[in-house]
Amino acid sequence: MMIGVAVILSALLFRAWYLQITKGSYYKEQSENNRVRVVYIQPPRGLVFDRHGELLANNVPSFNLYLIPEDISDKNSVLNELARLIHLDRAEMEEKIQSRKDNVPYMPVKIKEGLSLEEVTLIESHRLDLAGTLIEPEPQRNYLYGTLAAHLLGYVGEISPAQLQESGNSDVLPGTSVGQSGIEKTYDPYVRGDVGEKIIEVDAMGHEMKVLRVEPPASGSDVYLTIDLNLQKVAEEALGKDAGTIVAINPRNGEILAMASHPAYDPNQLSQSLSTAEWDALSSDPGHPLTNRATQGQYPPGSTFKLVVSSAALETKEVTPDEQINCTGGLYFGRRLYRDWKRGGHGPMDLHSAIVQSCDVYFYEVGRRVGIDRLADIATQYGLGQPTGIELTSEKSGVIPSTQWKTRVKGEPWYPGETLSASIGQGFVTVTPIQLAEVIGTVAMSGVRYQPHLIKAIRDRATQRLYEFPPVEVGRVEMSKKTFTVIRKALAGVVSEPHGTGAAAQSKFVSIGGKTGTAQVVETRPGVLTKSLPKKLQDHAWFVAFAPVEDPQIAVVVLIEHGGHGGETAAPPARKVIEEYLGNDRPEVHQQL
Amino acid sequence: MIDRRFINSFDGWFIVVVLLILSLGVLSIYTVTYAVSSKGHLPMYTKQLVWIALGLVVFFLAASIDYHEIARWSTFFYAACVILLVLVILFGRTGMGARRWLSLGLFDLQPSEWVKLVVLFVLARYLSTRSRVHGLTLPELIVPALWVAIPLLLVLKQPDLGTALVLVFIPGVLVSLIGLRSKTVGISILVSLMAFPFVWEIFWSALKPYQRNRLVAFINPAIDPMGRGYHALQSKIAIGSGGFLGKGLWGGTQSQLKFLPEGHTDFIFSVFAEEWGFLGVMVLLVLYFLLIWWGIDVAYKAKDHLGVLLAVGVVSILVFYLAVNIGMTLGIAPVVGVPLPLMSYGGNSILTTMAGLGLLLNIKMRRFMLFY
Repeated sequence: MMIGVAVILSALLFRAWYLQITKGSYYKEQSENNRVRVVYIQPPRGLVFDRHGELLANNVPSFNLYLIPEDISDKNSVLNELARLIHLDRAEMEEKIQSRKDNVPYMPVKIKEGLSLEEVTLIESHRLDLAGTLIEPEPQRNYLYGTLAAHLLGYVGEISPAQLQESGNSDVLPGTSVGQSGIEKTYDPYVRGDVGEKIIEVDAMGHEMKVLRVEPPASGSDVYLTIDLNLQKVAEEALGKDAGTIVAINPRNGEILAMASHPAYDPNQLSQSLSTAEWDALSSDPGHPLTNRATQGQYPPGSTFKLVVSSAALETKEVTPDEQINCTGGLYFGRRLYRDWKRGGHGPMDLHSAIVQSCDVYFYEVGRRVGIDRLADIATQYGLGQPTGIELTSEKSGVIPSTQWKTRVKGEPWYPGETLSASIGQGFVTVTPIQLAEVIGTVAMSGVRYQPHLIKAIRDRATQRLYEFPPVEVGRVEMSKKTFTVIRKALAGVVSEPHGTGAAAQSKFVSIGGKTGTAQVVETRPGVLTKSLPKKLQDHAWFVAFAPVEDPQIAVVVLIEHGGHGGETAAPPARKVIEEYLGNDRPEVHQQL
Repeated sequence: MIDRRFINSFDGWFIVVVLLILSLGVLSIYTVTYAVSSKGHLPMYTKQLVWIALGLVVFFLAASIDYHEIARWSTFFYAACVILLVLVILFGRTGMGARRWLSLGLFDLQPSEWVKLVVLFVLARYLSTRSRVHGLTLPELIVPALWVAIPLLLVLKQPDLGTALVLVFIPGVLVSLIGLRSKTVGISILVSLMAFPFVWEIFWSALKPYQRNRLVAFINPAIDPMGRGYHALQSKIAIGSGGFLGKGLWGGTQSQLKFLPEGHTDFIFSVFAEEWGFLGVMVLLVLYFLLIWWGIDVAYKAKDHLGVLLAVGVVSILVFYLAVNIGMTLGIAPVVGVPLPLMSYGGNSILTTMAGLGLLLNIKMRRFMLFY
């Protein structure tokens, strides 16, 4: 009997030895895992300023509601209580908890952002029925001017499971707010900051017992944009209620001075967690407010493309500036009549007057002489048919057709008649407004093409050092200075001469050179005025401009969707932007700081 | 007034061992419950001290009255206990899914704690009159089987799995001590095998779902760490994380932060092991070993069959509880709710254990007495 007892007690002792000594460190770790929780502290994102240091986006405290799945004993009652108290949708809460299934159950799941003080009070006063809920004051992105520059600023939102999978996001924790669009997205690694940690001890119920260690978050770096707040405001006002876009660029370095796209969204709204219904409403809005028309809208360039055709024609010497081509209101090619926009024609035209009056027949003819492939070559040198590489995601490339392109994409040979359509920026040719801004800027700079960009400088929060971004030359259009001079002179004529199509852009203070464009959305039968068509079938109005003509400082592109004649609707906003900019000589960020 | 034999047989070291274990128990209860605010109630460790004081009284009472005298009254105690068990089923207080207690105002009586001693007495009395030369015959097993069966069914009804197992364990030990005829063994095995499915059915259906879960969880605790296996897993973590020297008093994170449930009752060993480490466990097990050694010594030196059977019975109950309780906390026995004798919080457990120990002293004291 003694032996039996001794055996039993030794067995217990051996087991204790096994657990406490052999596997002691393992269980030590397990017990630490039990009691220690890491609560992540969201860092404030870096501030966003304009080029003069005007604040565009900062952070405001927001009360966010979290649920900790592991600490909820009765999920139903907690969710019902929340639904009752602050009118949250039960199904949506369930979905949020479910969507985080793959994560550890003690990681808080964000249920609602931006609780009102009233809601905070309600929840706090029902604390006992709501075990497992947590209200964290966290920095919330705040865009001071609402919809202003929404597309280039972008918005932030909780990182999605798909984004977590992407490479480069390995250090981002679930639940972190990251840039979802615009420069918020492109420069997210700089602006995001580093998540801090609060290491706490919890009891079995999940209540915080004490704080063991705090590692404060490091806020993100500040960003200075190239845009000018005032100019941006003026551009957006000039755009008004029309769907369209205005891009202003400094041709000397590629800095985007203003980029407006209408309709826009409110990034403050998008940076809060939207309900599925709200999101659907936004993304299915017929006005496409989420689309940045400046970089994502692809339109036929219309007559603005004549800049490219002129360049090609002069450079290939298929025409001299002085050669006259008679415009009789149309050109027969093959079995088809290619009409001029002006019934009856412009009469004899040289290059200058053809640009000034935007004679289609002249360009049909020189386009025909140059041929589509040589045209495409120059267009490509101008940066068309490819993304500009601006720091915004999902940029479109537009289309510059060539014989090769036609066989590759359409599986058909190139028909010579299609060259004529291309010569006046119709047919297969499409461009984005930002590309046209580059074209007009390159013309202004006699062929030197700079990378369009939105970031002027980044200030490292930790070191306070300012990193400026020097201009990057991305290419040259290899043409003689003389060619550019001829074209620029014609562009000045478009605005200043009596028959110029861009007379509406004429300014009292500054010499402006520009080109109008009226891009057909549908081909109309002769004699049918597009103005009588429904709005969505009316032509797009373009105006591309630079100023001052003698010493170009700014290039502007205006596109008004279904705006009719470029000279009428698109030229005045361009003038307003140019006048505002050249009348403005406030110091810039590097001089200021 | 005090019996001289009492003083002669009074082994000083034995009482020191008992008091040491009791103190360690109170200390552990104190560290896990000191923070619990119990408005208008005495703190648990104070209550436990009161029980220990009462336990000492019971201890001396159990030692003073001749165990033959007690045995003569055992049928009466048995009847009383069975009636109480019936009352429990009818009017008992429910706690943790089981109906085990009779509320008596100041004190909740737990008849199932007492029925073990009573059954031990009636069995010992019956078996002590049977021959040990040839072993028990089959008919001689029927009476003890009935003695056990009635309270066993009542206890299963509560349900109280721990007590039920003890009620099966006691006759097992006692009968094996007396010996069985080979024919009896054979038939018993045959009958048991045939009856097993029915008994299992009754046993399994008597269990509450949580008890079944505990058995399932014992087989595989990893199935569901937050559910069935939670107690077992947290207990292993508590003990294992204690390491060699332990985390110190109040230093046990598992018990202090309530990851370990029932830290002051069934899982008090885990609390102790987390705070005192392997070193403490070793000392505690040695203390228990000394106690059992002393008990076995009493059994060896007892002067008659009744004394031997009673002493062996008490020691068996002690060993059974130790093995099942500590085995449970160490994850080598299923989670069966039995207290750790002398350490777990609870009046019934303290009083019955002290009564049992008193009985051992009783038997030791009377070892030289002539049969009367």
